[in-house]
Amino acid sequence: MFQKHFAPPPAASTALDPSSPLSRRGFMKTSGVFVLAVSLVGRLQAQEKDVAGALTQVAGGDATPSLWISIEPDGTVKITCHRSEMGQQTWTAMGQIVADELDADWQDVKIIQALGHPKYGDQNTDGSRSVRYNFHRLRVAGAAMRSMLEAAAAAHWGIAASECHANLGQVTRDGSRDRLSYGELAEAAGKLEVPAEADVQLKSRDQWRYIGKPIPSLTVPKIVRGQGTFGIDVDRPNMVHAVVARPPQVFGEIETVDDSQAKAVKGVLQTVRLPKPAAPALFQPLGGIAVVATDTWAAISGRKKLAITWNKGPNAGYNSDTYREQLEATARQPGKVERNRGDAPTAISNSKRTVTAEYYVPNLSHSQMEPVNATAEWNGDKLEVWACVQDPQNTRGVLAGFFEISPENITVNATWLGGAFGRKSKPDFAVEAAFISREVGRPVKVTWTREDDLQHGYYHAVSAQRFEAALAENGDCTALLNRVVYPSIGSTFAPGFNTPANWELGLGASDIPFNTPNLRTEAGEAEAHVRIGWLRSVTNIQQVFALYSFVAEMAHAAGRDPKDYLLDLIGEPRLIDPKTEGADYPNYDASLDDYPIDTGRLAHVGKTAAKMAGWGRKLPKGHGLGIAVHRSFVCYVATVIEVKVSPDGTLSIPGIWLAVDAGTIVNTRHAVAQMEGGTIFGLSNALYGEITAKDGAIEQANFPDWRLMRMAESPEALEVEIVDSTERPGGLGEPATPVAAPALANAIFAATGKRIRSLPILGPTGTKLDLG
Amino acid sequence: MATTLTINGKKTQVDAAEGTPLLWVLRDHLKMTGTKFGCSVGQCGSCTVHLDGNPVRSCILPHDQLGDAQITTIEGAATTAAEAIREAWIAADVPQCGYCQSGQIMTATALLESNPNPSDDDIDEAMNGNLCRCATYLSIRRGIKDAAKRLA
Repeated sequence: MFQKHFAPPPAASTALDPSSPLSRRGFMKTSGVFVLAVSLVGRLQAQEKDVAGALTQVAGGDATPSLWISIEPDGTVKITCHRSEMGQQTWTAMGQIVADELDADWQDVKIIQALGHPKYGDQNTDGSRSVRYNFHRLRVAGAAMRSMLEAAAAAHWGIAASECHANLGQVTRDGSRDRLSYGELAEAAGKLEVPAEADVQLKSRDQWRYIGKPIPSLTVPKIVRGQGTFGIDVDRPNMVHAVVARPPQVFGEIETVDDSQAKAVKGVLQTVRLPKPAAPALFQPLGGIAVVATDTWAAISGRKKLAITWNKGPNAGYNSDTYREQLEATARQPGKVERNRGDAPTAISNSKRTVTAEYYVPNLSHSQMEPVNATAEWNGDKLEVWACVQDPQNTRGVLAGFFEISPENITVNATWLGGAFGRKSKPDFAVEAAFISREVGRPVKVTWTREDDLQHGYYHAVSAQRFEAALAENGDCTALLNRVVYPSIGSTFAPGFNTPANWELGLGASDIPFNTPNLRTEAGEAEAHVRIGWLRSVTNIQQVFALYSFVAEMAHAAGRDPKDYLLDLIGEPRLIDPKTEGADYPNYDASLDDYPIDTGRLAHVGKTAAKMAGWGRKLPKGHGLGIAVHRSFVCYVATVIEVKVSPDGTLSIPGIWLAVDAGTIVNTRHAVAQMEGGTIFGLSNALYGEITAKDGAIEQANFPDWRLMRMAESPEALEVEIVDSTERPGGLGEPATPVAAPALANAIFAATGKRIRSLPILGPTGTKLDLG
Repeated sequence: MATTLTINGKKTQVDAAEGTPLLWVLRDHLKMTGTKFGCSVGQCGSCTVHLDGNPVRSCILPHDQLGDAQITTIEGAATTAAEAIREAWIAADVPQCGYCQSGQIMTATALLESNPNPSDDDIDEAMNGNLCRCATYLSIRRGIKDAAKRLA
């Protein structure tokens, strides 16, 4: 009887459904309804402006239920995910948060990938922020919808809402067997006023069904059958394929080009010159010439036949070996003081016992398994893009700026991302696709080959770090000076940005949590000659490698156990505010009130990991344990690594023990996966990763010039313990990475007495440690 | 020049340029995008398919030299070993981003078909040609062992 009353709705969604990306356009045409918001049944004609509702001021942004939740007459609960899915299982996590407060049946949940649009608030899926930024607002949205469903049921039955209770996709009437499904209630609920946040009743933690549970991934069942749409899988009617020959040097350009041989290749249709970018690089295409063909291989084959002479431009003097010497020389000179406590330089120069060490970390590449790519299609002055982007909203803005058209004329569909690690929040490849498509007058997919991806990236900054310390007679650290030198990510966005940004320093340099009476952080100048970008855990990579290697060096100089020495430096449980010591410290864009630097939590993960590893146990000959701890992305991680080094230098990793305190965790299973993956990401970089430039051009072309850890080299075991916590949720995608390298280096020292100060440890071809 | 290929048990006509790797014939000509592009030099394993049951790198395999060999892709892999791998992968959420996983699954399936009870070393050796930047290697190891149990 309710079927009649609750009539089927018109089409509900314009967001790309990656399971059927090709059906959307036809679907829209036939439906005749242009709906920009994923909406509640009954509010379907809502235009963008109507999305602003009663819940726009919730922490994290707009929590209006219709922005996030659509309930179909058959009970399907469509949850919009505005973050990009790249393996961190954000579909599942966002779904869990909404579905829990909504009290939906998980079997009814279907995820809709949001288009890029400001109405969703921040969509930049990096910085390990998806849960942190959205946990509260999505709970509010789900709970508000639940209360509206209960109110609709109450109205239907003519009783008080307090006598109605939502439960797994149905509303039940107290003291009776009456029940109404969410599908039956959706239209009526959609006509109700959205409650104010103060009137929204969130569940208590003990009522959570999904949050904090190891809910299975929503993407894996498709992945195992080769289904699901990554950027590179997008297809459009009449689409052609392009690859681009880009200048080997950033800001180089074509001097001469002969494309006649390229055009003679079967399948090649034409070539397209791309404009030379003006500095700063931003997210502009690098220039060069595109070869457009009927399939990708024809485009690749055609590109090989281009005869190009290049003007190398202003960065042709960049050579990694001499650049390293410059960085190290700068690190030996006083730099700009970024944080200061007491007088570390004087204390060090007056000390009888000092320790000094310098560390080097090279440029690194993201090298996500899906090379960057994008598909673009123009329809008059309207542009639609499908791409594996971490930030479809910013991609839309970048496209609007580049083509000088209104963002309202641009639609950006985020596909699944085959890995990202920061590369795919830099949408230069989407601009390329749009430019070439406009020139060709057809839909174009631009595919970057592995060589393109490795040689034209936004690289993790090469760096030199210098540490100096004064030790008291008993070995305690009385003064610590760290000086960091690397080209800033800011250089990619502003000319002359030659010193680290405050937020780069805040990732392991200006936030050192030690109680030493004299502490100074300094930064030196460095000019960039390639595009510098953020890579999983960003400057934590080099700053934390250096810091926790140096702690173990101090412990060795003091003749103390490195774990005990580390915990002594962290000291008593307390909250730290680097701003009180002159640091312009942004705390991962979180307030220190909400997310303080808590040395108690830091020490706790350190002690936990040490206990898990059996720190202090008798080890076989050639084995060693190393430890590192760090707070990054407002999450605390400690890692202990056991290495085994045979007499010929062959290295293996029998075990890793990791403790993580990320506050409240949405999905314990996927949290563990991020700890495993993040750790091996850090190990791979530390052991093998090095991008070098010669005359401004990147030397590494493909695997294995650029080497990634393989299965046989991976740890034999990796045990993760999650600290049970009711604190606010922190990040999980990145915090395991920084501690891996110093824990490994410290373990190698413990096993062999060899101190690693320069990465990579083995490089692209090495198989054994040099124990000489 | 039209070539006839046998893909997932079906004779399929394709018209691609001479020497075009099987990978691009599958992806661009036949719209079978489950097989992924990763490196074009046979180093990453993302493009792994079976040729007469053996795992091969489709990115370096000219499509016009395959004769009437049986080509199996992730879309068509349906043996009991393939399904056991899928069940194990789903049970433990082995993949993260999933991009390399078609190749991982094809390699792991071939391993279990030739060696139903692989040791750790057997697994490492068989899987070492398949890169995963998300680094799901430990999950894959566990997944293969779980699949072997399901087959036993």
